[in-house]
Amino acid sequence: MDSVTRTEADETLLEVRDLRTYFHTRAGTARAVDGVSLRVERGESLGLVGESGCGKTMTALSVMALVPSPPGEVLPGSSIRFKGEELVGAAEARLRRMRGNEVSMIFQEPMTSLNPVHSVGSQVVEALRLHRGLRGREAAAAAVELFAEVRLPDPEVRFGEYPHQLSGGMRQRVMIAMALSCKPQLLIADEPTTALDVTTQAQILDLLSDLRQRRSMAVLLISHDLGVVSAFCDRVSVMYAGQIVEEGSAEEVFHHPRHPYTQGLLASLPGRHSRGTRLPVIPGVAPSPTLWPHGCRFHERCPLVMDRCAKDAPDLLPVAGSDRTARCWLESPESAAAREDTRA
Amino acid sequence: MIAGEAEVLLEVMDLSMHFSARDGAWGRVRGLVKAVDGISFTIRRGETLGLVGESGCGKSTTARSLLRLLEPTGGRVLFDGVDVLSMDARTLRAFRGRAQIVFQDPFGSLNPRSTAGGMLEEALEVHHLAGDATGRGRRAVELLELVGLRAEHAGRYPHEFSAGQRQRLGIARALSVEPEFIVLDEAVSALDVSVQAQILNLLSDLKADLGLAYLFIAHDLAVVEHLCDRVAVMYLGKIVETGPAERLYRAPRHPYTKALLSAVPSLDAKFESGHERIMLTGDPPSPMNPPSGCVFHPRCSHPKKDEACRRDMPDLADCGEGCFVACIKERSRLGGGA
Ligand SMILES: Nc1ncnc2c1ncn2[C@@H]1O[C@H](COP(=O)(O)OP(=O)(O)OP(=O)(O)O)[C@@H](O)[C@H]1O
Ligand SMILES: Nc1ncnc2c1ncn2[C@@H]1O[C@H](COP(=O)(O)OP(=O)(O)O)[C@@H](O)[C@H]1O
Ligand code: SF4
Ligand code: SF4
Ligand SMILES: [Mg+2]
Ligand SMILES: [Mg+2]
Repeated sequence: MDSVTRTEADETLLEVRDLRTYFHTRAGTARAVDGVSLRVERGESLGLVGESGCGKTMTALSVMALVPSPPGEVLPGSSIRFKGEELVGAAEARLRRMRGNEVSMIFQEPMTSLNPVHSVGSQVVEALRLHRGLRGREAAAAAVELFAEVRLPDPEVRFGEYPHQLSGGMRQRVMIAMALSCKPQLLIADEPTTALDVTTQAQILDLLSDLRQRRSMAVLLISHDLGVVSAFCDRVSVMYAGQIVEEGSAEEVFHHPRHPYTQGLLASLPGRHSRGTRLPVIPGVAPSPTLWPHGCRFHERCPLVMDRCAKDAPDLLPVAGSDRTARCWLESPESAAAREDTRA
Repeated sequence: MIAGEAEVLLEVMDLSMHFSARDGAWGRVRGLVKAVDGISFTIRRGETLGLVGESGCGKSTTARSLLRLLEPTGGRVLFDGVDVLSMDARTLRAFRGRAQIVFQDPFGSLNPRSTAGGMLEEALEVHHLAGDATGRGRRAVELLELVGLRAEHAGRYPHEFSAGQRQRLGIARALSVEPEFIVLDEAVSALDVSVQAQILNLLSDLKADLGLAYLFIAHDLAVVEHLCDRVAVMYLGKIVETGPAERLYRAPRHPYTKALLSAVPSLDAKFESGHERIMLTGDPPSPMNPPSGCVFHPRCSHPKKDEACRRDMPDLADCGEGCFVACIKERSRLGGGA
């Protein structure tokens, strides 16, 4: 027993390897997620950042085994391991158990995920019935307790209210309460604060970090807001054109970005430092998933592009002297050696 | 700063927009929503005023009222010295040529059946600009290029553009009538950072080249700090603090401004010591039943908050350096106003 617990605790909670999720449409095959690898350790918070359409939500839906199919398809060869167990190709019953007991997701549009004709209390009760088999007064009491845990003011009063009677911040708290109804070990939060005011956003992020600590729950936070991810996450994976292009500790990635795309994103953030100046911009537009560029997918927009970038696609390469990776030829041993030479 | 010496272009005095809230379209009147409640500000030629505050505080209603897209229930608006609220239909049309608005989602306001070029040419025709059809066609292409689109985009329909390109098209259309003033209501809020940076640069360029004045409404405080000369902070229909952007961000005085600024998750905050976080509790109260006295008192954490805050309605008081603050306690502390 003892030894089992120890090995379990050592195991990575979620490990995604070479995930490909394609959509077969009339306009061609959209390679929305195209070789994503990431991992979330127990109790850790990983941020997944990147611009609209780069594949963040589809990565999350693939983990939840909720990709609409058809037209979507998780390709063979993709691997999603939860506590060491392969979920790609697993039986539907196993996946339902995973969604009910181990992994929860808060979706990007809170209004569409709540049923407008049922009170929020009854929706949480229903979730508790499904996931924990609670019924009647017991379920109602547990729902009120969850409402209190997500700091909804007057939880008993809120119980009988309908989604449209609640503010955006309160609706998001209800969504979080629902996600917690199954005591997940991993919470996937897809843009949980994007529709909210900064003041409400601060409250929700504060709540999420508190819940994370108290429940020793890991969080995969998806956001296009670099400030939010930097404030909340231990580690971050930067996504571009269906792939992870940089991965590392939040502090390192945001303060010393290696990939030219991450560097460009950070440089284009406005603020105090940029008052009265023009912002540096990444030239061109984001490519389309039906037509990813050859070689490095960023090469048409990269200020540091080299000859080989248009021809050969770089892998995620280890960044010398740190435990980070970046999908860029500048991290190759030859380039690193060349940099050493010029410095010498 | 040049803007400080330039003449006043827009003067808003004690503007109010009170809606009567009904149960259903024809139902009983339940009360009055004081969406905008006696606000005043000025914008000079070539100046950018930022308007910030939580959702529902009245920013969009302010914008619509001063452009007379809504008929405000009180106050005055002077544009270039002329009273906007008493303009007749003809003067109003001329005013619309000088003052434009760009919304968050230009999709809703762009005609889906009109090409980008056609839309611009039509605006030019209505305002008798750019001469004949050939002239208008040429000008339409110039406008597209001005906002970073290309001539070949003229034949495209709105749905054939990306979000960022549509936002540029919305700006091109606003520019087509050669305005002196543009309201940007959350115009860059939905854009990705890399696209947002391009639009922000475009706005700066147009300001520098054409001397445009902007009322820039945004909930992203970093964007406002980047772009704006002055900032007004709104809470529940009222302006609670206003001043030069640099000053206001460096040393906010109103407890609400402090809380708002401290809530922004900046890239540096976590790794910087001394970033003081003021967490506001709850949601803003309803503008239908605003609290008595200082409207912010139920959420205020000012150490000197007391009974007076519940009773007295603070006015915007001059705190020097171009700053005005509506807080009883800050006023007495600074010894100004009162
Ligand atoms: N049903 C579908 N058919 C075809 N393509 C799709 C479908 N669903 C998603 N896609 C495409 O997959 C890509 C990734 O979508 P995804 O929703 O993961 O983006 P995202 O990174 O979450 O973006 P956002 O920040 O805007 O939410 C997009 O290019 C999208 O257009
Ligand atoms: N036509 C209307 N009738 C009644 N109330 C309205 C109307 N338009 C806006 N309001 C109310 O006025 C307040 C201010 O709204 P708005 O100006 O849109 O805020 P913001 O742009 O700052 O988010 C809100 O409480 C809103 O519900
Ligand atoms: S591989 Fe080449 S093009 Fe791609 S990011 Fe690195 S330097 Fe730029
Ligand atoms: S007047 Fe009183 S309640 Fe209002 S902001 Fe100032 S200290 Fe707070
Ligand atoms: Mg998404
Ligand atoms: Mg608005």
